[in-house]
Amino acid sequence: MKFIYQTWWKIAAVLLVLSTLVTGLLFDVPKLPILHESIRNLYFHVPMWIAMFTVFAISVFYSIRYLTTGKEEYDLIAVESANTGIFFFVLGLVTGMMWANYTWGAPWSNDPKQNSAAIAFLLYCAYLVLRNSIDEEQKRAKISAIYNIFAFPIMVVLIMVLPRLTDSLHPGSGGNPAFGKYDLDNGMKIAFYPAMLGWSFIALWIATLRYRIRLIEYKNNEIN
Amino acid sequence: MKKLQIFLLLLLSYTTCFAQQTGDVEMAFDMRSSGKIYVVIATIVIIFAGLALYLFSMDRRLKKIEKQK
Repeated sequence: MKFIYQTWWKIAAVLLVLSTLVTGLLFDVPKLPILHESIRNLYFHVPMWIAMFTVFAISVFYSIRYLTTGKEEYDLIAVESANTGIFFFVLGLVTGMMWANYTWGAPWSNDPKQNSAAIAFLLYCAYLVLRNSIDEEQKRAKISAIYNIFAFPIMVVLIMVLPRLTDSLHPGSGGNPAFGKYDLDNGMKIAFYPAMLGWSFIALWIATLRYRIRLIEYKNNEIN
Repeated sequence: MKKLQIFLLLLLSYTTCFAQQTGDVEMAFDMRSSGKIYVVIATIVIIFAGLALYLFSMDRRLKKIEKQK
């Protein structure tokens, strides 16, 4: 847990994202119809989802650890990671709708990917509602940890698996290659991979800040 | 003979349509060649650097509070 108080990875995350802001806008991209320059959104829209997956995975990991050890701190990490994940979820959804408006013709076209992302969003909203509806601390931590363990794989299936089984406008669905086409273009990797890594660590950083505030609040309540 | 001519004409018109479809995709090269894209980059870099500094300052304040405990 010393890791979250260290500074080096925070600086690295900031540098990674700063580098993608420059490379993402300057470097050559494949010339594709409809997309045009908006293909550069790949560097900013997709990392939001990757960042969300990162913090949600951390949330599940600490939910499991809470159930095995019963340490109250682990529950706090799980909640704050989930909170940060929901924030990045919203960013991903809004940027996706913006992009869709100019490439698919409408912000919401009931695309399988969009619909299942919306369902997954409700799934995590239910997690927060569940937490807030239980007053007793230990019961709340236990029930929400179990819920979180079920919610995470369902979220992954909803976003990553189900839309790929049907036809969708979104890349990566219905025989539509996800990054296969762009991966051929090595120029895009230079900006894309640092973006994924950088934004994941930024999300992690925000989650740790929220956790530290929550921990102080928790300790203050303990004394009284 | 006439049929063949019409056929070839239609075939050719098809290829021109196809060429138009897969031809040059309009990209914003002008924006970059004129140098104005750097203004946009500078703006978002400033915004993100500001946000990062803000996060760092929050981190520092939290550290102080944690030490007091």
